[in-house]
Amino acid sequence: MTLLELDDVSVTYRIAAGEVPAVRGVSLSLDSGAALGVAGESGSGKSTLAMALLRLLPRDARVGGRILLDGEDVLTMKWGRLRAVRWAEASIVFQGAQHGLNAVRRIGDQIAEPILVHGLAKPDEAAKRVAELLEQVGLPAWRARSYPHELSGGQRQRVMIAMALACSPKLIIADEPTTALDVMVQAQVLTLIKDLVAEHGISLIMISHDLSVLADVCDRLAVMYAGRLVEHGPSLEVFHDARHPYSKALAAAFPTVGDPVSRLAPKGLGGDPPDPMHLPAGCPFHPRCPVALEECSTLDVELWPAGDRRAAACVHVRSKEEAS
Amino acid sequence: MTETTETRTADPVATVSSTLLEARDLHVEFTSRGRRARAVDGVNLSLGAGEIVALVGESGCGKTTLARTLLGLERPTSGEVRYGGQPLKYGSKALKAYRRQVQLVLQDPTGSLNPRQTVYEAVAEGPRIHRMPDEAEVVNSALARAGLRPPERFLLRYPHELSGGQRQRVVIAGALALNPKVLVADEPVASLDASVRGEILALMLKLRDDLGLSALVVTHDLGLAWNIADRVAVMYLGRIVESGPVEQVLTAPRHPYTQALLSVLPESPERVVLTGEPPDPTRIPGGCRFHARCQILASGKAAEAGVDARCRGELLDILPASALSQAACHYADATG
Repeated sequence: MTLLELDDVSVTYRIAAGEVPAVRGVSLSLDSGAALGVAGESGSGKSTLAMALLRLLPRDARVGGRILLDGEDVLTMKWGRLRAVRWAEASIVFQGAQHGLNAVRRIGDQIAEPILVHGLAKPDEAAKRVAELLEQVGLPAWRARSYPHELSGGQRQRVMIAMALACSPKLIIADEPTTALDVMVQAQVLTLIKDLVAEHGISLIMISHDLSVLADVCDRLAVMYAGRLVEHGPSLEVFHDARHPYSKALAAAFPTVGDPVSRLAPKGLGGDPPDPMHLPAGCPFHPRCPVALEECSTLDVELWPAGDRRAAACVHVRSKEEAS
Repeated sequence: MTETTETRTADPVATVSSTLLEARDLHVEFTSRGRRARAVDGVNLSLGAGEIVALVGESGCGKTTLARTLLGLERPTSGEVRYGGQPLKYGSKALKAYRRQVQLVLQDPTGSLNPRQTVYEAVAEGPRIHRMPDEAEVVNSALARAGLRPPERFLLRYPHELSGGQRQRVVIAGALALNPKVLVADEPVASLDASVRGEILALMLKLRDDLGLSALVVTHDLGLAWNIADRVAVMYLGRIVESGPVEQVLTAPRHPYTQALLSVLPESPERVVLTGEPPDPTRIPGGCRFHARCQILASGKAAEAGVDARCRGELLDILPASALSQAACHYADATG
């Protein structure tokens, strides 16, 4: 069953210098209980897309298209309904757990807040629920009385996850949930997210620039570049056998330790991500593309089928499909 | 004692080199809320000419303190830093001369560049302090070596007009302007985008090949070590617990901590997720400092090998600054 469906979603920021198209026509869907990874680098529009899902963008952002959560369009919801949907239907875990928590309030009160606001429990029951949630994310119940500064980075990220779980949402959106964490703590948090998703049947959208982490947690991957989807498909297939040259470069950026190919041979892409206000004509990736053809500078690329449940926006994919 | 020449078998790229920068039995302590924190608790480490060494560990393991001490920014409580065979002197003149040789590259290029300085001003700062002649020429060639070509295109730009990768190149150019022998880079790509990361690492390899530059790269990223380092040293709670050629340490780790770090990388077959946070340098446990989190001890393997009592109670020797593969572990010693 489809839980979330994006239909031609676009986000444009209006700034003094003009309009900045951050997300340009993204369509994708997420089944309930499934985990989708969205990959891309800064400026690709991946975080803007995540914020758009719950209408958390600043006022100067204009959102187009349709975002259907359980069949209901988030973009046309009334405020009251939207407030009910946030936390209870879908919640977000932000990157950088230092800033996501209020420094002068106890952890337990912060976790209890959405539960109380949504009227899901009376204050005395809420404390019990907080203890349960803390236990679910692997923290002792007495931590409810702690302040954020008394916790380590990994523990704070666990608290953020407990908050996201507080109202038993169907969907969790995690924006770079492990970026600032150490390898071992990152592994702990990723294992926690994987287990929670599996145990509670929660759907997950996870955003990161690290394809290897996404492939590890998610069933499907979507790769964004310059505001567009350039490839999507089953995680491991996209990670090991990317069809779009940009996805290939992202996959190669984080080497597999022990792989002789990457030993003393770091792989990167020349050039820089394009300025969204001055996107190149044709395929937006062509100035950096190692396999660009002449037509790439003029051709309007779109997502072409690239095998079973896969698609990629690259002219090489199209010609291959046409040939077969 | 430490050796000065190294023989290498597995590594075709690095040449046999002599020790340039060295830590000898280095201890650095701080007082933290009335308690003594042993941030660096006995480290021997050498960096050869033209060699790239990765210093790997979690936050709080002391790797940044070690790097700062090697740069002369912290004074050791005991032990010494040696450069070119001489102990480092801490007089202001001596330090100034030293810093021309050993340059620091920081993690976040946005934070380490002054937003109101042009690229030219940023790169010229070092040469001015050291009163180097032909400033413009020095700046141009440093930018070109850092891959910002043609340099004229970048001279008058401000940091906000550059991409993250370009900013990090400016920071590296600032270091290169002084013609150093050694770069100490603290997480040089951690704040960069995935696609740019490889380019900056490739630049560090190229600087080594073209200029013979040595580098100590401080990181928590084992993939980075695999990408560019000749040797790796794994640090845990103030000490190096395993070191050696990258191929050996990262494909056949002997210390349980290194094994655990490698096992949590995506795609590794069997995960050993250590519980708890990295421990506290104000309370270093007795015996092996890793024993409270050690999966080998917890699983009973150490007891089978008959070393469990030693893990809990017997201190390990400080590893020498050897180029060969070595681990500070009772279990590894007993089982070979």
